[in-house]
Amino acid sequence: MNEKPKMLTFFDWASVILLLVASYLVFFFAPMEAVMGNVQRVFYFHVSMAWIGSIGFLLAVFAGIAYLKTKDRKWDIVGLAGIEVGLVFAFINIVTGSIWARPIWNTWWTWDPRLVTATIAELVYIAYIMLRAGIDDPNRRARFGAVYAIIGFVSVPLSFFSIRIWRTIHPIVIGAGGENGEAVDMQMTGDMRIAFFFSLFTFTVVAISLVWHRIRLGQLQDKVEQLKVKANM
Amino acid sequence: MTVKTRSKKVRVTTPFFKSMWAVVWKDLKAEGRSFQLLSAMWIFSFLVILIFNFAFELNIRERTNVASGILWVAFVFAGTLGLNRSMAVEKDRGCLDGLLLAPVDRSVIYFGKVIGNLFFMFMVEIPVLFLFAVFYNYFEIFNWGVILVIVLGSIGYTVVGTFLSSMSAQSRSRDVLLPILLFPVVLPVVINAVRASGNFLQAQEFMFVWPSIRMLIVFDVIFLALGYMLFDFIVEE
Repeated sequence: MNEKPKMLTFFDWASVILLLVASYLVFFFAPMEAVMGNVQRVFYFHVSMAWIGSIGFLLAVFAGIAYLKTKDRKWDIVGLAGIEVGLVFAFINIVTGSIWARPIWNTWWTWDPRLVTATIAELVYIAYIMLRAGIDDPNRRARFGAVYAIIGFVSVPLSFFSIRIWRTIHPIVIGAGGENGEAVDMQMTGDMRIAFFFSLFTFTVVAISLVWHRIRLGQLQDKVEQLKVKANM
Repeated sequence: MTVKTRSKKVRVTTPFFKSMWAVVWKDLKAEGRSFQLLSAMWIFSFLVILIFNFAFELNIRERTNVASGILWVAFVFAGTLGLNRSMAVEKDRGCLDGLLLAPVDRSVIYFGKVIGNLFFMFMVEIPVLFLFAVFYNYFEIFNWGVILVIVLGSIGYTVVGTFLSSMSAQSRSRDVLLPILLFPVVLPVVINAVRASGNFLQAQEFMFVWPSIRMLIVFDVIFLALGYMLFDFIVEE
């Protein structure tokens, strides 16, 4: 195993510092929302989590396609890393949403299309993990994982677009089209926007660092497997 | 022998359809001899309806709201049973390897299995609908809208189900894995099917049902395309 790359160490430290700054921006810098009050601040993290979750799942799709094309093990490791990280962030996304919903919607959970589809996406990727656990042959595991990651991803854009297809109570803040099709700009003040984009950027860096770590871990696992096979021979 | 005369009678133009029908015919014939799969699916779906009756106390007022949900739960659960079985049979005695040795495109096998499974789904859905109508004196379920939704939903369900069952059949925890893999992926289909058939049962305007139907068609097409493209990777060894 090669040494930890300098770039990764840089990402680690950047994540820590950026997280501190982002917390400051979200909790102190961004103005309090007029109607919802302080609980609106969860929004900055909530959207970032959804963003990272979707990106992680998307990464798995590309890695899956690449694996099916090249049959190179490294793409399987990348795909798994994307999904594991995405799974965690998507879960935090649902939890933070729930925390926000309690005071605003007066319930932890409601069967709104957006919530349902986010949950479906979460379940798809839990199934992905279980599928992998059920297959011993590493090549077949990689193949099936790639295929399932591609098929399962159908549910993620669905989750995003469902808000526009079905009536929903979930707010649309970004890129909202008005009822009559006119474009409505972001309903955020300048300071809110700074906090929002900064936390988006922060969690992107955190996610890159985590995925990178997970890829290295996957490579190590592969190496251990190979050593075990060698030792048994 | 019958197979030969059968395929002659069908007079298909391309070997694709000819070999696909051969796969379908094989499944139907095997099932016609034992009725193992269909009888299990029938009994199971009847039981599901029975259980719902006790769970919900289905009186006349309630049934309009829950009928489509109950029907689809029965279809989906019974369908899982059939899908599991239909692939386990192929895997058990190396039938799948035999099929794969045949000099045909892999998608032929996939579409053949899909059509076979779809046929079994319909064979379950028809008696379940009748039974439901008789039990609850609810003959409104026989309207063209509901039938259309059931056809579209079943296509989506079997297209994904056949695909994923050939995956789960090759894993360690076969039967357990299929519902876990299948339900979250196929949920968009089921949600839209339940909505659309519910809307039809409440005699709503077609305008209100159309979005769900449109989604159903979109999912059918997406999953058909994905299944066609990816099936090769599932069966290759």
